Amino acid sequence: MLRFIFTRLSLVVPTFIGITLLVFVLIRLIPGDPIETMAGERGIDALRHEQLRKEYGFDQPVLVQYGLYLSRLVHGDFGRSIVTHEPVISEFGTLFPATIELSVCAILFALCLGLPAGIIAAVRRNSIFDHGVMGVSLTGYSMPIFWWGLLLILLFSVQLGWTPVSGRIAVQYFIEPVTGFLLIDALLAGDFGAFRSALSHLVLPMIVLGTVPLAVIARMTRSAMLEVLGEDYIRTARAKGLPYFRVIAIHALRNALIPVVTVIGLQVGVLFTGAILTETIFSWPGVGKWLIEGINRRDYPVLQGGTLLIGAIIMIVNLLVDVAYGLINPRIRYTR
Amino acid sequence: MPLLEIKNLSVEFPSQHGMVRAVDGVDIMLERGEVLGIVGESGSGKSVGMLALMGLVPYPGRVRADKLQFEGRDLQTLSERERRALTGKDVAMIFQEPTTSLNPSFTIGYQLAETLHVHEGMDRKAARRRVIELLEQVGIPAPESRLSAYPHQLSGGMNQRVMIAMAIACNPKLLIADEPTTALDVTIQAQILDLLLSLQRDRGMALILITHNMGVVSDTTERVAVMYAGQIMEQRPTQSLFASPQHPYTAALLAARPEASDGGRLATIPGVVPGLSDRPPGCLFGPRCIYATPLADKVRPDLRPWMDGLIRCHYPLGDPTRDERIAADGGSAPIPERETTS
Repeated sequence: MLRFIFTRLSLVVPTFIGITLLVFVLIRLIPGDPIETMAGERGIDALRHEQLRKEYGFDQPVLVQYGLYLSRLVHGDFGRSIVTHEPVISEFGTLFPATIELSVCAILFALCLGLPAGIIAAVRRNSIFDHGVMGVSLTGYSMPIFWWGLLLILLFSVQLGWTPVSGRIAVQYFIEPVTGFLLIDALLAGDFGAFRSALSHLVLPMIVLGTVPLAVIARMTRSAMLEVLGEDYIRTARAKGLPYFRVIAIHALRNALIPVVTVIGLQVGVLFTGAILTETIFSWPGVGKWLIEGINRRDYPVLQGGTLLIGAIIMIVNLLVDVAYGLINPRIRYTR
Repeated sequence: MPLLEIKNLSVEFPSQHGMVRAVDGVDIMLERGEVLGIVGESGSGKSVGMLALMGLVPYPGRVRADKLQFEGRDLQTLSERERRALTGKDVAMIFQEPTTSLNPSFTIGYQLAETLHVHEGMDRKAARRRVIELLEQVGIPAPESRLSAYPHQLSGGMNQRVMIAMAIACNPKLLIADEPTTALDVTIQAQILDLLLSLQRDRGMALILITHNMGVVSDTTERVAVMYAGQIMEQRPTQSLFASPQHPYTAALLAARPEASDGGRLATIPGVVPGLSDRPPGCLFGPRCIYATPLADKVRPDLRPWMDGLIRCHYPLGDPTRDERIAADGGSAPIPERETTS
């Protein structure tokens, strides 16, 4: 197990170099630079422009800039935002809990609906329920996130007025950040009004972000379940006279979960991509929205640091998923 | 009252050609402590018939029977719950592939204790003791250290022993063994068969042994049912069946045994078993039978009492009038070289 983790960790370094190099070069290919963006519509005279470029080090060759960036990175320095002059790492730290809160709720939403839907669809294969679940999940999977988000806002926020349009909590509430997760902080503060407000703000983005994982999980669970239900050991479990629920929920599900967990791990990457769109649509103050703003302002350090940190988190989550994979599948645990 | 009484059991599966019968009018009677062999080629319906008895016919198969009684209780009218209480407790079954028949995600100990927990309501401690006892009885060395093993860590033979331990956990009155040795090494096969038979003797439980191996049947069973294309063709005490087979199919099967060969080529039965959807209207074995007559091609014989058992044939081999009747029904004279002695 330890060796497995070390092998995986040794892949981290080349991946990080790849990520940083890609972001570093790509962002510099976008026309314009941070100084022009800062100057805005007033414009800036060429001499002052050149002077500032020198000050920020943008006049040097890209490779030299990259080398300097890497050496600072190695010392734990992610740089400061060109726009806010705040350290990238602290901005990320402030905004990240919002993204985590949204993502965790989205994946929980996807699991809570997707797993049972997939299981029931498999157990009642070819029933109306099965066809319904498969049809709906294909639709969900094919739906562009931004469009789906706008549709939900139109219905629930504009037409029905059930949920707020955007943001994370109503303005009248102020919750002292302890964990950074508003739902938890509101409960810690004992402010149930704030909790309800935060929850109602969370519902729509959670559904929007959770839709694609939900569709994938439901379909994956169904096909994994179908395969497992045809296995000999399910026949054995039934020959033992076990209650049907036990056969499905214990003997079948445990084995069907193996591919599903892999898929959930892969969905983490999808989740962050989705978070960028979802946060922008719902003005959710997380890292996704922060990165989009970073692109608009050509805020190089924010983009470089943000992408790198998100990449690191995706890799850690995938590593955890692989460890979990070994936990539920004893055949993997013992092979080296 | 017999332990098991099955009358006219049929199992049907829907297909493009309508319903097809995998098992067709099977009758089985079994007394307590009796050992019955069911032999037949692959696809002859021997496994599916027993799965029907267990209530395990895979979706979307349909089971029908005039009588399906275990200890006088009609299995068809039992509720789901009552049926489950019987399955795995009074009637247990082991399968062909021991390694895939055990759940790969749970330990041997867990899977064994589960049966005891569900049927006997044993708590963890009592179940653990009993599991160790059971593993000892099926000849697994160092049973305590095997409790936390997973099926993939044991050999096929060991896994089959675990399956047997699981099956006998609640002292069943009937054990169905579906080709229990087919997937195992030859050396292990004999051990597993010996184990099954000694357990059967010690506990006085009835045993149904499904196999396609005639040798296994002759060594172990008291009575044999020969199945072909979903039907029982002949059912007689083992000794007399081997001594003087009455059905041409049984005779051909016995002649095809390596033991029956004179050192030359092995005898074979020409033709193939009819598929599920192209069953002939008359005798199912007719197209491959050297004694077939126009009558046998039209009229399907019933399973009827004959000598010391049952037979499904118009012209049993031991019938003194058969040559005349075959000739009278327009058949050709029997070909002597197919005559079998065993």
